Parts: sequence; C-alpha cells; structure tokens
Amino acid sequence: MAKFQKEKKVVPSISTSSLPDVVFMLLFFFMASTSLRDTEYKIKEPVVPNARSAKKIEDKNLMTTIYVGKSKDESQKGDVIQLNDKISSVNDVKPYILTSKANKSEDEQLKMITVFRVDKGAKVGTISDIKKELRDIDALKIAYAAVERKE
Amino acid sequence: MAVRSAPEINAGSMADIAFLLLIFFLVATTMNVDTVIQRKLPQKQPPNAPKPDIEIKEKNVFEIIVNRYDQLMVEKELSNVTTLKDKVVKFLDNGGGVGKNNDKCDYCRGDKDPASSDHPSKAVISLKTDRGTSYEMFIKVQDAIGQAYIELRNRESERIYGISYEELLFQKTKDKDNAVLDRKIEAVKALYPEIISEVEPTTN
Repeated sequence: MAKFQKEKKVVPSISTSSLPDVVFMLLFFFMASTSLRDTEYKIKEPVVPNARSAKKIEDKNLMTTIYVGKSKDESQKGDVIQLNDKISSVNDVKPYILTSKANKSEDEQLKMITVFRVDKGAKVGTISDIKKELRDIDALKIAYAAVERKE
Repeated sequence: MAVRSAPEINAGSMADIAFLLLIFFLVATTMNVDTVIQRKLPQKQPPNAPKPDIEIKEKNVFEIIVNRYDQLMVEKELSNVTTLKDKVVKFLDNGGGVGKNNDKCDYCRGDKDPASSDHPSKAVISLKTDRGTSYEMFIKVQDAIGQAYIELRNRESERIYGISYEELLFQKTKDKDNAVLDRKIEAVKALYPEIISEVEPTTN
C-alpha cells in the first residue's frame, strides 16, 4: 500500500540539454562563413560601388588591399588612404606594395593583385595618383572592389 | 539497496559557454565582400621611348569621357550610362574591316559600318575622366565596359563550346589545373580582347 502512495502529478520540466546544440550550430555557421577581420578601419568603412561584372578573386594570398575613403573625423574633407592599419599618403604606396611583394615567392610576385577598396564618394584623382605609383613599380594587375548587384 | 539514479547534469552552463564563443566570433569577424573588377595597367614607358609607330585609326577608338559633374560623353555625344553597355557591344562587334592578320571578322554580328571598328582585335576603348569625377561613376563606366565584353564572350563561347564564358570561368574555379579549359578560355578571350586605354585624368 505504501508503495502505491498517491504520487503528486508533477509536470516534467523542459529539458534544456539541446539548447547548447542550437547555439553550437549558430557558432559553426559563423565560423564557416566569416573571416577574422585583419585590419581595423582607421577611415570610415568604405562603401564599395555596385557592379554586375564583378567576379570573385580565386587566390586571396595574391591580394594586397589599399583602402580609400572619408576620414572618421567629419571636419576633414577629401579622400584618405589607409594602408594596412595606418592612414597614409600617396607616397607611402610604393614602399607598401614593394614590401608586400618582397614577402611573396617569385611566382606569386608576378600574379600579385592590388585591390582598391574605395568608397563610392571618393574622387578619381586620388585613385589615379595611386595607379601612377603602381605603374612606376610595375604592379600592373589591379582590381576594383565592387558588390555584385542582383537584378 | 536500490541505487538512486544519478541526477541529470544541468546543461544550462554549456549554453552560456557556447554563447560566449558565439559573441566572440560575431564581434571579431566580418563577412568579406570579395568580388572585384579586374584590370591591367599599361606598362610605364621610359621617358625616351620612341613613340610606337602603329597608327590607330580614329574609327577604331571608342571615346568615353566623364567630367567632374559625372556627365558622360560617348563618341562626342552626351549620353546616359544605362545605354553605355549596348553602345560598347555595337562598337566591338562591328567588324567593318579587317583585323591584324588581314582577316575579316566572321563571327561579328554587327552592322559592318566602315566608320566604326574594323575588327574586335583592333577595337580600343578609350576612357578619359576628370580628377573630380566620382569613383561611383567611374566604376559604373568600367562595369558597363566589363559587361559588354562578358556579353560578347558569352555569346561566342555558347556558339563554339555550348556553354557560356561565365560558365567556363566558374568551372575553372573548381578545376584549376585543367589545360583544356584554359585553352578554351584563352580562345574566347582572343575573339574579343580587352583593350581599354585610360587617359591620365585632368582637372577641368
């Protein structure tokens, strides 16, 4: 009789053991689809223009990026160039590209691509100055970063 | 004695650890935009280099001029950037004369206007901008030119190989060392070689 004492009806509590699984799934998604940010923007993050003919670059190792955009300081007008993680001027482009060239193998040096990650509102004059510097050191392969437009 | 079943391990803290890791990744990473428009700069000529003696006829040059107010002038006519791609296609595909080897363009479907380009291998696109032109406009123009080449190359690739040029490029990303594929891509590129000449921007 004692064994069959009336048991109070207890509603079983919701098992939360699967909650970490859900969170791990989200985590793996982010780990797979993102890359660690390698440079912090010292300028306002450039908003690249749209282009239908933009394609993915195959080998990321061949890319050296030059950022051009507006200064974080609202009062400074004009385009600001950022190389790696420092704000620089046009004259700093040559040594920057030459050092990144030196770090690569002979084969890779010929295939090196200089990527322009430039804000929509920048002026062509700045870009043209940088291109002139690149021609001087024979870094002829360039690429303009653009977002593929879906129409 | 009946052994009491071990109490279930509380899994609540596992979720906290997972959330911490997730927040770290959210903060420290970016979803990279890595699509680009590729171009090749012309080699720098040493100052004493003799002027190249190949004369380029005016009809073989497609002139695009953009001023600092982002206004577009195509072949001396005020124009809109939305019509640019079709005009470039018309120019490249004209085939009004003979190419470098004195061969007619048998794959061109253009009007064969003698006042426009002779052959795609001789067709030069000249782009002149102003230092004050906005980068956005510059890219719109580059994009229109790029789309024109892709459209023509797609058409020829489908005619010869049955698949579009873009499909060939996509296959190349999956199959990097395929020599047959490389030859196909080079063959299609040679039908419409990209000859884009950018003139030093001035300040008007």
